Amino acid sequence: MDEILQVKGITKRFDDIVVFENLNLTVKKGEVVVIVGPSGCGKSTFLRCLNALEDIQEGEITLDGESINRNKKDISRIREKIGMVFQSYDLFPHLTILQNITLAPVKVKKRPKAEAEKEALELLERVGLLSKKDNYPRQLSGGQKQRVAIVRALIMHPEILLFDEVTAALDPEMVKEVLDVVLSLAKEGRTMIIVTHEMQFARAAADRMIFIDGGRIVEEGKPKDFFENPKTERLQKFLQTFTYDDEK
Amino acid sequence: MGFDVLLKGNNMMRLLEGVGVALKISLISVVISIVLGVVIGVLLALKRPVITAVFRAYLEIVRIMPQMVLLFIVYFGTTKALGLNLSAEAASIIVFSFWGTAEMADLVRGALAGIPVIQYEGSVSLGMNTFQTYRYVIVPQIIRRMIPLSINLITRMIKTTSLVMMIGIVEVLKVGQQIIEANRKSSPDAAFGVFATVFLLYFLACWPISMLSKYLEKKWEN
Repeated sequence: MDEILQVKGITKRFDDIVVFENLNLTVKKGEVVVIVGPSGCGKSTFLRCLNALEDIQEGEITLDGESINRNKKDISRIREKIGMVFQSYDLFPHLTILQNITLAPVKVKKRPKAEAEKEALELLERVGLLSKKDNYPRQLSGGQKQRVAIVRALIMHPEILLFDEVTAALDPEMVKEVLDVVLSLAKEGRTMIIVTHEMQFARAAADRMIFIDGGRIVEEGKPKDFFENPKTERLQKFLQTFTYDDEK
Repeated sequence: MGFDVLLKGNNMMRLLEGVGVALKISLISVVISIVLGVVIGVLLALKRPVITAVFRAYLEIVRIMPQMVLLFIVYFGTTKALGLNLSAEAASIIVFSFWGTAEMADLVRGALAGIPVIQYEGSVSLGMNTFQTYRYVIVPQIIRRMIPLSINLITRMIKTTSLVMMIGIVEVLKVGQQIIEANRKSSPDAAFGVFATVFLLYFLACWPISMLSKYLEKKWEN
């Protein structure tokens, strides 16, 4: 498989605070990488750097050999190839669901409106929200909004999808409906990097697990080894925080 | 009831001309206020400490000072102090624009600050450039937030033009007074009819604007 995304020795600092230092990551086409780690470990910031929403102080990120840099003039063109779904809902409140989805393909990719709408409706049907096409975002539940946000990213035909804790702000009963969609995308061979706190989902979706702590990649590996035989003490401790002791 | 005096001579016509004067002053001021207010509001959104401090002082002055005092300062004060010979109408437009710009800039600043960062990030993540982000995502949301508040400001400005008669402008309220004075003998009870008509004319000027605001609010409820 060919390498699509390369992250070479990147460092992110906010003034004097080092968020992460000298991080390296290579993602192959069709690979699903899931990143976990304690809150504040820098995993979300790392993901945002991949889309140049944050600048980096050292190192280089390339997608298909093209450098991703916040200050590059054609950064918009590169961002078209990177789909991103955020933790907080970012649907445009003044547009209907259908308009939310077709805005970028029509205005950015200059696709004919009818064609974009046709694809939007197909994608909406796939996530079970066809009936909501003429609703406004505020009329949808959090889980429905996130599914629309996923569709909105998909219609741009991105080469890689980034998910930044997309279920963290949801009520528990809505988590599954969103993760089911993400999981089905993982199964159809899309290239994805997922930051999440949902360990069962991570295990089901991931080709490769990465544990970030203190701004460094502490451990990585296949999901089975990662969850069943964590090598480092820090990962063991981290995974324990997600399990409950029956005997208590 | 005193409505009969309005039918005498061209009294009704004069009242309407008075409304015209009031509307002219307020509409010119509104346009100036919107243009300058948007520019200053955008500058304020940059959050530069000096700009913010200067604007805060300006806004406080406008809010604390009665409009009438501002009118007197600009109309009577500048003549003596600066040797300017402003017409009463120009002085009124300066004062109303000075007031409207401050309020409008604060509305624009508030609307811009109220747009979550995620709206910008979501837009650029879809490959939109800065222009597209503002054109399709940010500005439409700002306009929707601003319409009800700015319409409120516009109707307040129209109503406050009744003050300009204090510096000698013959607007609708002044015309009304003149009609009452002139007919003191023949129709001693003209005050009610004339002022009721003035009230009605203000209502007719402001009501459609209010209705437009209600309509847009409803349309953009989503």
